[in-house]
Amino acid sequence: MNAGTARTAGAPSVALDVARIRRMFPILHQEVHGHPLVYLDNAATTQKPQQVLEAIDRYYKLDNANVHRGVHLLSERATRAYEAAREKVRAFLNARSTKEIVFTRGTTEAINLVAQSWGRAALAAGDEIVTSTIEHHSNIVPWQILCEQTGATLRVIPVEDSGRLDMDAFHGLLNERTRLVAVGHVSNALGTVNPVREITEAAHAVGALVLLDGAQATPHMHVDVQAIGCDFYALSGHKMYGPTGIGVLWAREEVLGIMPPYQGGGDMISSVSFEGTTYNELPYRFEAGTPDIAGAIGLGAAIDFLEETGIEAIARHEHDLLEYATRRLGELDKIRIIGTAPEKAAVISFEVQGVHPHDVGSLLDHEGVAVRTGHHCAQPTMERFGVPATTRASFAVYNSREDVDRLVDALKTVLDIFA
Amino acid sequence: MNEALRELYQETIMGHNRSPRNFRAIDGADARASGHNPLCGDKLTVFLTIEDGRIDDVAFVGEGCAISKASASMMTEALKGRGTEEARSMKDEFLHLVTRDREADEAVLGKLRVFAGVGEFPARVKCAALPWRTLEAALGGRNEPVSTE
Repeated sequence: MNAGTARTAGAPSVALDVARIRRMFPILHQEVHGHPLVYLDNAATTQKPQQVLEAIDRYYKLDNANVHRGVHLLSERATRAYEAAREKVRAFLNARSTKEIVFTRGTTEAINLVAQSWGRAALAAGDEIVTSTIEHHSNIVPWQILCEQTGATLRVIPVEDSGRLDMDAFHGLLNERTRLVAVGHVSNALGTVNPVREITEAAHAVGALVLLDGAQATPHMHVDVQAIGCDFYALSGHKMYGPTGIGVLWAREEVLGIMPPYQGGGDMISSVSFEGTTYNELPYRFEAGTPDIAGAIGLGAAIDFLEETGIEAIARHEHDLLEYATRRLGELDKIRIIGTAPEKAAVISFEVQGVHPHDVGSLLDHEGVAVRTGHHCAQPTMERFGVPATTRASFAVYNSREDVDRLVDALKTVLDIFA
Repeated sequence: MNEALRELYQETIMGHNRSPRNFRAIDGADARASGHNPLCGDKLTVFLTIEDGRIDDVAFVGEGCAISKASASMMTEALKGRGTEEARSMKDEFLHLVTRDREADEAVLGKLRVFAGVGEFPARVKCAALPWRTLEAALGGRNEPVSTE
């Protein structure tokens, strides 16, 4: 990637102006326990730029009406705005068609939709689903439930000590009974970026479909579902500078087209009578009831923000922060970083030897530094690495090297108290 | 670091965290119960040996934050030799102290008064309370694990 002068039409300048970006996020400018807030819990949820807040506000102030059903002007405007958001998502993921974009409540609902719609119809006793040790619970539990319902078996890809998936073991798990491989694109607990193209190719070679949990990927990197070649991709709005309550399931049209409905109700139907009900076309067949219209519009504005800022610039900025933070944490005694895969997103999970994560998190909070402590909805990961919990700092576009310095200073305070 | 935080992580509490007293299991205990805070991962088991309504031995095992460990450790020191009724009222006063739902009888609490500052940190009240709620379950012969949620 050219770090210098090349500019294409509409592309942003290469280095991020972090100070300018920070000013776009009103929530960052407050004090916590007498210290300026340092928000490092972005893997849990991200903050929202003014343009996202304004888009939602403007929708409710000017355009709000129910979608798809009305002939009056407001409902036409609302429908146009909602469907424009769908098209933004399509372009963002490089999906072939908006028929493949289903709005959901989030990644968790998207995965449950696939499990209960595709899974219940497609799987039988003896079939296998492959997932990994380092998944978020939302990419484990729906498959456990599905296996109980259908008699299928869940196989688990082991992880190396670095947090990389054991790819030899993965290849060894695949066989003619494998029907689905469901893995994260990026691990929320460790930051590992999985080799999703290699995984997809291998899965397809044995006739299995691939679902990717993209919740932790979409804010940090360019995602092209056609280039990856997967069959399902799930994402959450609130992890990528959009509002909570909205997410997306992308599914290849050939697969989505033959899936039975997930939830029944209004909007997903074509006609309803007690003699028989017919269903709507894609993607509406999978969007029952009034959707989170404002949420979708907010997600569209978040995508605009990402595109205007430049995903590559964001990725470079976050990579710099990851390297800087890893180096600075390495200067401290008693800090063990968990998750040291060669390819990582800007997430650092660590333990402070002799200090329980809950104490670390509370003391950091009192220095104004917000991190997450606990199992991060990834209990199998914690067990694999022999820790009850970790402290996790996760970075976003508005974080800076100063934020890292504040984190390190706060950790020094913790080490002093527990010396 | 502010005054309230300094009080929370004071020497007595830190000392008990570093070297928790009665940190062992009791084989053949007369009563035992487990407690768990799912939000942060604190978990412990409390064991009691009871003779003629008197707590002859009390101990705990588990893992958790400094507040929960110190609370458990100081609890075992405070309870040894006490009658079960006395233990129950000590538990009540301790919970009043940390939840601040009403004035606690500090005379009853003695050294446990050091936990008075926990009430400044609502997120940590459950940590301090967990060993005592687990004790309550053990005394009551409850078999289901105690949870803070």
